[in-house]
Amino acid sequence: MLLEVTNLTKSFGGITAVRDVTLGIPEGSISAIIGPNGAGKTTLFNLLTGIYKPTSGQIMFNGRSIVGLSPDKVNAAGIARTFQNIRLFPAMTAIENIMVGMHSRLKISVIDTLLRNSAFHQQEKAVSDKARDLLSFVGLLHKANEVSRNLPYGDQRRLEIARALASDPKLILLDEPTAGMNPQETVAATQLFRRVRDELGITVVLIEHDMTVVMGISEHITVLDYGQKIAEGPPEAIRNNARVVEAYLGRRAAGTHQEESDHGDAA
Amino acid sequence: MATVTSAAQQPIRALRNWAARPAVATALILLYLAVVLLVLRGLDRRHLWFPTFSTLAFPAFVLSPFIVMSAPISRRLKTILIGGLILIAMPLVGIYDTSYLELAIQICIFTGLALGLNIVVGFAGLLDLGYIAFFAVGAYLWAMFTSQAPTVINISGLLVPAWTFPIFLIIGVGIAAVTGILLGLPVLRLRGDYLAIVTLGFGEMIRVLARNLDQPINFTNGAQGLHNVSPPPIPEIWTSFTSSTANLMGISLANVTPVAQQLLFYFVGVLIVAIVVVVARRLDDSPIGRAWTAIREDEVAAIAMGVPLVKMKLLAFAAGASFAGAIGVLYAAKQTFVSPESFSLIQSISILAMVIVGGLGGIRGVMLGAAVVTLLNLQVLKNMSLQLNALRQMDFVIFGFHVQNWPTQLEPAKYERLVFGLLLIIMMIFRPTGILPEPRRRIELQHDDVVTDEDDVSPAPGPMVGAN
Repeated sequence: MLLEVTNLTKSFGGITAVRDVTLGIPEGSISAIIGPNGAGKTTLFNLLTGIYKPTSGQIMFNGRSIVGLSPDKVNAAGIARTFQNIRLFPAMTAIENIMVGMHSRLKISVIDTLLRNSAFHQQEKAVSDKARDLLSFVGLLHKANEVSRNLPYGDQRRLEIARALASDPKLILLDEPTAGMNPQETVAATQLFRRVRDELGITVVLIEHDMTVVMGISEHITVLDYGQKIAEGPPEAIRNNARVVEAYLGRRAAGTHQEESDHGDAA
Repeated sequence: MATVTSAAQQPIRALRNWAARPAVATALILLYLAVVLLVLRGLDRRHLWFPTFSTLAFPAFVLSPFIVMSAPISRRLKTILIGGLILIAMPLVGIYDTSYLELAIQICIFTGLALGLNIVVGFAGLLDLGYIAFFAVGAYLWAMFTSQAPTVINISGLLVPAWTFPIFLIIGVGIAAVTGILLGLPVLRLRGDYLAIVTLGFGEMIRVLARNLDQPINFTNGAQGLHNVSPPPIPEIWTSFTSSTANLMGISLANVTPVAQQLLFYFVGVLIVAIVVVVARRLDDSPIGRAWTAIREDEVAAIAMGVPLVKMKLLAFAAGASFAGAIGVLYAAKQTFVSPESFSLIQSISILAMVIVGGLGGIRGVMLGAAVVTLLNLQVLKNMSLQLNALRQMDFVIFGFHVQNWPTQLEPAKYERLVFGLLLIIMMIFRPTGILPEPRRRIELQHDDVVTDEDDVSPAPGPMVGAN
């Protein structure tokens, strides 16, 4: 397992946003985390990336614990992410956004920067070349020098993915990457996620509401509801899981009656 | 606008195209410089209208490098002209009339300070209202070690000789950088308004420390300040160089030492500003500068992308502070007197105003802002008062009004802060990005609604205007 989360819990005062979640992400897989609004999916991402500190539980990434690391250290360890509401650096150009994404892989020496020696120039050249490669990977090379705020919505989503890829991650977390896209854009985006895994060998985890995307691309799905994992497994199993249907559609619609206290894995 | 061509716009556009041709532009620039220099040369202190002419001519001269910079002429010619203006024309004008040299040194000091603050506020987006504290640290560093005031350092015989001045410039950089990090550490978690309040408190703390550290052990000589601070020694060759230059200009200097000294301070000031410009530019155009921009635009995204917030913010504080430290040493040596009152909150705000009036984030704009605001503070309004007095003494009558009857309470110099405040209000309404806006800042301000909570810098105009 590339990522192993054990009994992870996060409470904000009286509210427990993530409760006792255990999950594993195999290396090289494409996985999805789904669940109704407010189920704790984004909180889980924020815990994985160090933006929140867990109340209790363990997160092992690539064989070492990343609990308590600050977000920049988590990024350096090999986890990159995108945000539910796009968070590009709005007044920077597309290529500059990607260059910032490479920060944790750079050797930043103030002396080199001030002296402008060959080490500095070589690194800047490498940074700019790699940023161009990534732009062309997501199909935005022709917009390299456009201010990211002025890019169309779909391009901003793709740029955010390219920026996340810039840090050479082992694992990329995509938070609702197709939200707000039209069907054609969604198809193109789904292909991009697959290419990230197939061509770059990066493990992909996505939070997604669009079930065609989720069922079409993921090899493994984890379902959260009220902060707890209620199901996990391959797409077919999730589609027919009674608790998942219940969580999404309500108890009566699902037509099943389960004990209130039954919080075990249903999968 | 360009698509609509009315009859009135036609000649203007033709004129503009004509002036944009390199040969024409070069000729116009040279003509401008010649006129300004001739006017400055021809000014006579005894003349009734001297203050007015001086107020027009000297700013025109100070602004000439900026005009050259934006002119459509070759880079090489620009470098030659600007170098000539700063390294030759200004010293000559200064020898001719040392009051201009004094102004030029002040402009250097404030330009350096504004550029340093610009790193913190403009590049990294950390609103610092206590920036003058680092300047104070540098000034007190040199003053404490050379002042003849009865401080503990003087009494224990630890005073340093004046030739250590260049060494202290470097020590000033180091000490101020450390102070910057010390300020940075507790405020790392704060943003925007909260950060501003804490830095404001820090600035006041340093001033209060300077005022009260005469008890129980006298370090700073308290509110009386440190007097008889050593200026750096002037090499013999420099004095003779100054007097022979003056002789070449047809001026015989009665007392050459103060002129030579001012000239030396001017060149040290220019050197410091030049270093600051190079450092600021190189930091900005590097991974460090990109990281600062990222932090300024979206702190959460920046840290999630691997930008180490702590390190980058401390670096911004340290870099900004270090410049102020060196300039503080220069200031103390030039004034030969340092007191806590020179480092009040209003000074921090003035420097911030220079940064914002000029164009937050842009190096050229910030320099222009520093020059404009310093001239306004130190020359324009003061000269207007002098002019009024001259007219009063002549019993000048304008449109049947006796200038003598103008009440002394209404002297322009007394309304310095009012004019300054009005300038800021007008700027923020009509040109919030400054005189020479930095392109990225313009984009950031245009769509302010998108980055509301992250935009640390936007609250700046509020406290500034209110402080007047």
